[in-house]
Amino acid sequence: MTVTDRPAIRDAPDHRVPARRGRPSRGNGRQPIGALLVTPYVVFLLGVFGYPLCYAVYISFHDYFFAAPGAVVDRPFVGLQNYRTVLADPAVRRSFANVGIFLVINVPLTAVLSLTLAAALNKAVRWRTFFRVSYYVPYVTASVAVVGVWLFLFNSDGLVNSILGSLAPDPSWLVSSALAMPTVAVYVTWKQLGFFILLYLAALQNVSKDLYEAAVMDGAGRLASFWNVTVPGVRPATTLVILLATVTGANLFTEPYLLTGGGGPDGASASPVLIMYQRGIEQGSPDVGAAIGILLVIGVLLLALAERRLVGRDD
Amino acid sequence: MRLRFVTLLLGAFVFLFPFYYMLIGSLQTEPDPSIGGAFPRPDNLTGRNYAEIDAAINLGRTLINSGVFTGGVLLGTLVGGVLAGYALARLRFRGRGAVFNLMLLVQVVPFQLLTIPLYVLIVRNYGLADSYLGMILPFAINSTAVFVFRQYFLQLPAELFDAARVDGASELRILWSVAIPLVKPALLTGVLLTFIGPWNEFLWPFLITKQQDLQPLAVALSNYLTTVSARAANPFGAVLAGACVLAAPAVGLFIIFQRQFISQSIESGVKG
Repeated sequence: MTVTDRPAIRDAPDHRVPARRGRPSRGNGRQPIGALLVTPYVVFLLGVFGYPLCYAVYISFHDYFFAAPGAVVDRPFVGLQNYRTVLADPAVRRSFANVGIFLVINVPLTAVLSLTLAAALNKAVRWRTFFRVSYYVPYVTASVAVVGVWLFLFNSDGLVNSILGSLAPDPSWLVSSALAMPTVAVYVTWKQLGFFILLYLAALQNVSKDLYEAAVMDGAGRLASFWNVTVPGVRPATTLVILLATVTGANLFTEPYLLTGGGGPDGASASPVLIMYQRGIEQGSPDVGAAIGILLVIGVLLLALAERRLVGRDD
Repeated sequence: MRLRFVTLLLGAFVFLFPFYYMLIGSLQTEPDPSIGGAFPRPDNLTGRNYAEIDAAINLGRTLINSGVFTGGVLLGTLVGGVLAGYALARLRFRGRGAVFNLMLLVQVVPFQLLTIPLYVLIVRNYGLADSYLGMILPFAINSTAVFVFRQYFLQLPAELFDAARVDGASELRILWSVAIPLVKPALLTGVLLTFIGPWNEFLWPFLITKQQDLQPLAVALSNYLTTVSARAANPFGAVLAGACVLAAPAVGLFIIFQRQFISQSIESGVKG
């Protein structure tokens, strides 16, 4: 019985359910013109993301070098040799360790500061728009522009050091191998924080007011209810914040390039993308550069998975 | 209550002070890094830094380059993005799900990681170094904007589309005369959202423009910062003047349209 029933159901005429909002409303009808409309975008995605991604893998497994356009050159397959070169390169290892330092500072700082400011802003009554605008301004501004001010502020005889007086670090912020990477990490935190504050602000709308009232009934203080209601309530947003902050770290280039004169002192603030640029383009070894890029993608994916495990125990 | 307000105020100071300092520094004759230097003295103010940076990197030319780069990306995103967003939201066709998943996937691939293959392809294989096309190509259609357009087209009531189809309108006609007029405000948001990307972009135009007269302002300014500035009379003043010119359009647009900007970033952020 059931066996014969099934095809009947499948072949039944499509009784159109009253069209739901937001769904294509034509039942099983097809509009092949959709494929046509989406073609430019698909060509773009394949041309700018799909093909280059595959090409990067290809380059990283070959002895690839720049040649005059149209010249026929032999670029033999070399297996993992580029990867061995990369992994044996102390500058590359240093740059990956630097990103580690960056993430250890940037990710917790971003999560804590943006949640704190978002929670305060969520309850603020006065000057809300002013605060939102001021937190967001660094995010919309070009890094190249604000890097100029930071150089001026954190110079050895800059404003920050003249305020600190005898407490000023020596060697100064951006030229000290211990402080250069942390200063870059703080800069990036400051620059991106507005975006994450807005993200948390949206997430806070979804935390039920009842939970706060219940917490008050149970005699929880302000800190306790923040810790027991707000923090768990915005966990999905926290997962996202941490993931995006990690991706930012993997993308790091402009800031070490400009703030610390190309990753100085002595490579202490060089990022993998910076090394990738130096090896791949400045020094003309795109195969090595591509291998660094592939390793970086793998690193980001592993880190993202690990963070999901740690933070994202969400429903 | 008071504590919260003070925290917020302190935060706002930390966020805004560098911008204030940027402006003051760009107007000072002599760089003054002391605490007093944060307060402008009338006798130390000048417009010379702007003249100096203009002489060094030709502000007009670099602003035009930034404008063409940004304009090209905006045009590509508007045309390609509206078509794709509409198709993904309102039309059924083979491969729709695949395109949608591809769009989401692309947004988690960090762009810098494609730098090397894109450089090899665009500069070496296609010979597009020092050209606007080469600059625009990798950013031609902004995926976040496509996603935003799709969300807005999705929110329109299905009955409108059914009615238009019953009347025999073609899909392109429906898109042009029904859908686009209804989502015009969203298109503005998409444009604003897309604007800050290419306007602020540094690495890619830096890689592919060696010719000075094709460099966008961000690239020209950074070159000044890393090379010329050491020899200039008041290098920081000139850098900060350039920084003000680079920051002004994005900050200005943001302040005027802050409502659109902010709601949008949240939506595009929350989608993951």
